[in-house]
Amino acid sequence: MRYSGFRVIKEALTGHKGWGPAWRDAAPKPHYDFVIIGGGGHGLATAHYLAKVYGKANIAVVEKGWIGGGNVGRNTTIIRSNYLLDGNEPFYEHSMKLWEGLEQDLNYNAMVSQRGIMNLIHTDAQRDAFRRRGNAMILNGADAELLSAADVKREAPFLNFDNARFPIKGALVQRRGGSVRHDAVAWGYARAADSRGVDIIQNCEVTGFRIEQGKVLGVETSRGYIGAGKIGCAVAGSSGRVMAMAGMRLPIESHVLQAFVSEGLKPVLPGVITFGAGHFYVSQSDKGGLVFGGDLDGYNSYAQRGNLPVVEDVCEGGMALMPMIGRVRLLRMWGGVMDMSMDGSPIIDQTPVDGLYFNGGWCYGGFKATPASGYAFAHLLATDKPHDTAKAYRLDRFRTGRMIDERGAGPQPNLH
Amino acid sequence: MLRINCPVCGTRDETEFTYGGDATVVRPAMDETRAQLWLDYVFNRDNPRGPHTEYWHHVQGCRQWLVMERNTLTHEVGECHLAKEAC
Repeated sequence: MRYSGFRVIKEALTGHKGWGPAWRDAAPKPHYDFVIIGGGGHGLATAHYLAKVYGKANIAVVEKGWIGGGNVGRNTTIIRSNYLLDGNEPFYEHSMKLWEGLEQDLNYNAMVSQRGIMNLIHTDAQRDAFRRRGNAMILNGADAELLSAADVKREAPFLNFDNARFPIKGALVQRRGGSVRHDAVAWGYARAADSRGVDIIQNCEVTGFRIEQGKVLGVETSRGYIGAGKIGCAVAGSSGRVMAMAGMRLPIESHVLQAFVSEGLKPVLPGVITFGAGHFYVSQSDKGGLVFGGDLDGYNSYAQRGNLPVVEDVCEGGMALMPMIGRVRLLRMWGGVMDMSMDGSPIIDQTPVDGLYFNGGWCYGGFKATPASGYAFAHLLATDKPHDTAKAYRLDRFRTGRMIDERGAGPQPNLH
Repeated sequence: MLRINCPVCGTRDETEFTYGGDATVVRPAMDETRAQLWLDYVFNRDNPRGPHTEYWHHVQGCRQWLVMERNTLTHEVGECHLAKEAC
């Protein structure tokens, strides 16, 4: 069923009796050509592009809980393509272009809102670095603008311009950045994939791989054995656990990242704003809540909840940047488990096991990458060759010395 | 707040410490030439969901490196001793 304005009117006049479920509750079949492990944004996007762009059929997505219940439902919904390095920027710009056409592609309102992202500059050195990054973005076909302090004051007059310790000296702005309704991304991809015959199998946890003579034959799950021609693993947060079942150790640690949302306010923020002196980033949801976050807690964790020192640190950053939020009440806070890779960049590649493919290591940048990640992973699964935009995301880059370390922090996952 | 039982200073807040990562990886001998061993040491991790042996540096206290048991799923803190006594 296609969604449209006409359809809404028709359903309104006929008692809303015609809306069906957006996707089928599929039961597992004994064998699929492609099995995607993980019904999050990346897994569902992979299934969608595999069916739509690469014309593949007989595809299943297996999810241990319910779709969209993992990190695609636990992020801060920001999209941007403001990276510096050659391995990253074309990939994230591809993602941005896919975001721009996503709703038409999926026939689903994902509330893609390009309200802009503003990275604030507080020192001369930071201005040099951001100018360089902006130029790298422009060279890769993205948009970037360098604002003066006066420009920033005009666009965001509520910021603290009297801060002697961290004066605001300007900003790097990407106008095409913004935010997206995160749950709708999972639901939209699920519905679009389902409409092309993809089986979405929920409450189906992978408990092992069946591997013979170096080739994967299928997955053992809580709902029985499922045979597969090719298996793609897109379970960021749990990558280490799942790939350990296939006998692999990864250059990844799982860390917890917290996010926060305040009570609903009238519109106060024009777009996404990031503090360049502390670690604090904030946007305002369409419901009015301020959605914000900061650093990782800093130690390995699978707990999906964080600790108070980071709450304090994030709130201090918020108060330093925009004192007006001091009386705002916090409504909710939560933690998500991040695949923190050793260089801060993701992995989309084949594995040493024939027929098993890996997508993970998204650190805390996985949400904005969802469309391009699915696209590149589908390309890899369909053709056995890396997509042009994801050629640098190889699993063996730590061996060959081709790390993509945007932050320059070295193999310290908690610092990326 | 994690409360870490430093064997020198007693039980202190996590904010006095910095995290040093997985303490089970062993640095190869300096004359080791097999790349795989160095790769495993520098980059690859078990990343367990459950008990984890890890380094903490009491940087705001006695400045000693500690080895602590902690559960990555529950954040339960276990035994803690000086790193120099561990090996």
